[in-house]
Parts: sequence; C-alpha cells; structure tokens
Amino acid sequence: MKPIVKLMLEGASLNTSQMAQVLKLSEADVERELAELKKSGVLLGVRPVLNLAHEESGVVRAVIEVRITPERGGGFNRLAERISRFDEVESCFLMSGSYDLLVFVNGSSLQRVAAFVSEKLSTLEGVLSTATHFMLRSYKEQGFLMDIKPEEAERLKVAP
Amino acid sequence: MDTSRYIAKHVINLPRSGIRDFFEVVAKMKDVISLGIGEPDFDTPWHIRESAIYALEKGKTHYTSNLGLIELRRAISRYVEKNFAVSYRPEDEIIITVGVSEALDLACRALINPGDKVMYHQPCYVSYSPSITLAHGEAVPVPTFAKDNFALTVEALRAAWVPGCKLLMLNLPCNPTGGTCDRAQIEAIAKFAVEKDLLVLSDEIYSELTFEGVHTSIASLPGMKERVIFLHGFSKAFAMTGWRIGYACGPSALIEAMMKVHQYSMLCASILSQEAAIEALQHGEESMKAMRDQYHRRRDFIVRRFNEIGLKCHLPRGSFYAFPDVSATGLAEKDFAVGLLQAEKVAMVPGTAFGANGSGFCRACFATSYEQLIEAATRIDRHVQGLAKKK
Repeated sequence: MKPIVKLMLEGASLNTSQMAQVLKLSEADVERELAELKKSGVLLGVRPVLNLAHEESGVVRAVIEVRITPERGGGFNRLAERISRFDEVESCFLMSGSYDLLVFVNGSSLQRVAAFVSEKLSTLEGVLSTATHFMLRSYKEQGFLMDIKPEEAERLKVAP
Repeated sequence: MDTSRYIAKHVINLPRSGIRDFFEVVAKMKDVISLGIGEPDFDTPWHIRESAIYALEKGKTHYTSNLGLIELRRAISRYVEKNFAVSYRPEDEIIITVGVSEALDLACRALINPGDKVMYHQPCYVSYSPSITLAHGEAVPVPTFAKDNFALTVEALRAAWVPGCKLLMLNLPCNPTGGTCDRAQIEAIAKFAVEKDLLVLSDEIYSELTFEGVHTSIASLPGMKERVIFLHGFSKAFAMTGWRIGYACGPSALIEAMMKVHQYSMLCASILSQEAAIEALQHGEESMKAMRDQYHRRRDFIVRRFNEIGLKCHLPRGSFYAFPDVSATGLAEKDFAVGLLQAEKVAMVPGTAFGANGSGFCRACFATSYEQLIEAATRIDRHVQGLAKKK
C-alpha cells in the first residue's frame, strides 16, 4: 500500500501541507500523488463524517434489501450498477444470504424515499422484491461514534 | 511540631523525581502540546475494556490467589513462550503484580540485603535508582551513550562494575532513550552477568514496540533462565497504563520470595485488571500491532524533523520516545525545556530527569496525533531558529 494511502486511512484529517511534512514530499508532489490516485480510480473522493442529528438536515435514510434475478453472462452486475446510478442511492452492495443487494438510500422525506422504492426501484425489470427499513438513529458512522462522547479522560501532561 | 523528624532517613534523602518538578510547571499552563507523557495516546482497546465490564457484571469482585488468576498466568506462559522463546510454569514461576513497577519493587525488596550493589543503565526510568535505595541497596549507574544509539555495552558495564554487585537491571528497549541491544550485545551482557555472578532483572515493558530487528530477551539465551527475572506488563503495548497490571517470571524460589513480600503488602492485583489482561493476551494482538505501526510512522516523522531542525536525534529502535540532543542550542536541557515551554507551549522532559547521563538531551514522546506532532515540530523549529539568532 502506498504511504499516502496508509496516511489517509489512519483517519487523520491532515491537509496537503501537513501530509507533505509527514511524507517528506513537497506539497506539489502530494497534490500530484492524490491526482494519480484519483485518475487510477483508487481515490474516489473525500467527505466529512458529520453528525446531523442536531441539524435541521431533513434527511431520511433507509436500508433496502433487494432480491433480483441474475442474468446469464452478467450475473447481478448490470442491474446492481443500474440501481447504483440513482442519486438517491448512497451505497449498494451485493450480499450473500436471503437477499441479493443491500441498498442505502437518502431522501428529503419519508414520502420521497417511499416513492423512490415503489416507483423506481421495485418497478425495474429483474427486481423480485424489496424490503425497506428506515433508520431511526445512528450510533456510529464510518468509525466515528455519534452522540456517545467518551468523557474527556483527565490525562497527566507529564508522566514518567 | 517538626513532623519531618519522623520520616525515615533513606526516604528523606531520596530526591524528588525531576519529572515531578517539571510537571508542576506544565500543569499551570494552558493549551500545551505535551510530548512529555510516558503513555500511549490511545485509550485501551474497547474489547479489553468491555471484558472488564463483563467481569464486573459477573460478580468478579473478590480477592484472587496471591500469585494471580491461574487463567491469566497460563495465558502469560503461552504468550511469553511464543514471543520471547522462554517457557515458565504457570503454577510457580509467574506472579501477577500491580504494574511492572511493583514487580521491580518486589524483586528489589526480596533480593537486596542492606549494602548490596545493583547495576542499572542510565538514563533510565525514574524509579530504578529509588527502588534500589528504598530496599537499602546501593545504586551503581552504568552510562549509555548517543554514539551507541544508547545500547548498553559490555565495556561500560565493565568500567562501572565494583566488588559487591549482586544484581543487574535492564530496560531494553529503554525509557527514555528508545535504545536497545541486538542479539550479539545481549549475549555479551549475559556472558558478563555469568562472569560476575549477577542476577538480572530484565524489564521488557517496551519489547512489543521494537521497530527494527527482533527483540531478544536475555532470559531466552542458553543457561540464562535461572539467572533472570523477566518483568513485563500490559501498560505500553496494550495501552493499559491506568489498569496497573504487570507480571514477573523467574525461577520458582525467587518468585516465591517475591510472593512473600507481595502477599503481605499488595495481597493481589485488582481482579478486574487481571480479567482485562486475559482478554488482552487472548484477543489483543491485532489492536496492539495496529498501535505499534502508528508509533512506528510517527517515530520516523518526529526523528526526521528533529534532525532537520538541528537537534541531533538517533533513531530509537524501540519504545515511543525520541531523545534528541539539545546541546547545539547552547542551553542546558532544563533551560531549553523551560524556554520552549514558555515561548512555544511545547513540553518535553529534560533528560536529567532520567539520571545525570541524560544531560544535554530531552525526551519527546511521540505517542500523540500527527496534527500535534506536526504542530510541535513547527514550534520547536521556530524556537530553535530564534535561539540561533540570539547567539
């Protein structure tokens, strides 16, 4: 794994200047490496992990279990890619077990998500069934705890 | 009434820890970036904490055997055999202690007769010399040097040796220098110990945090097991400093002697910490290695920065401490540390807190976040360049 990828994975929200210092590269080199990673399809994007529970974000999130018919030659891919292209779809995974795709959907309201499922998703040729679960509360996202703030442990400033 | 006249002479004469003095200066300041902490910045991995909660729920609130839970001793026996290539019987060759510090204290109290001499390398952990003194022994420091990357050499041991030496304390990798010894050097030390009939107390608390080469325990060398008390614990590798849990392994007669002191003073280590330690050994390897890898990368960064700044710094092969030479600034280590703290609010511990041989150096702990390390390096750089201009 490239050092720059390792550094990004460590979760430190370093800017390019800080990354340059750690990796002993010039800022231009870091920019170039990032551009290369983007070009090769390794780095898809960078997003903040936000806790929007206290914001008036108005986002409704749902997880949908989707059963689909695999196709000769392409398996699940064509349909999975087609579903993934909808803006409402945040993530889409092929799963083992009793359903095929697990689809994470965002919508501005319950009605919008419901409409997406009933009008777009379930009407697709090859979709056998859907089971929609609305998310009520988030406790942890992408490695970050949400409202469970560990009490700031009182650490000594100097210790042997 | 002058209450101090009641205090025992050997305690009154004991110097206060240099760290303590420095701590009091730092504690009064706000927004300090501290590289002065001798512990991991990670909290204990959750699965280990959770196992202690579970133990509490199950009503594990009682005394344990003086030697510690047999299940933990078995786990330690397996762990030490696998990672240090020396095997100890769980029944009578292992004792669980309240941190390695207690294990060290037990060994001193169980082995030292008044006036016995104890060799230890210096700079070193702050409690070595006091532990010897409190057991009425005489401390014989052996210097280690930057030119050897602070490895302990036989030449230094030979030069420091005096008749009456009974014990040799080792701490490899070493706090505060990060120095350690390769196999050949350990073999030479072992040979010296046999020649001078020294019993070795080997504190290997930082052994998992060895970044280059393989850690060799002196206890694993042929014929050395009978001559070594192997001391280890969970604080550093598993980020468990506050749990106060460690252990000693050695010949059964010596463990029995240490157990006598332990049973009349501490009785046993906290059962919750013992339960957590079992979990750490059984399932903690992955989280331990992840933390070590992070220390490794941070070490490479901060050591490189110190050298760029002009504070010559050897590459510490183990531990999470860098030990840069600050003498190029023209200041004594304490003046440098205090100046840096006041001007830039970065705390490093003056090397002399770890013994006279730390003169000219400061200890910087790199078990802290990248952001903090980057910012600390920038501030240290600014401070050092400022000092150079004043000259």
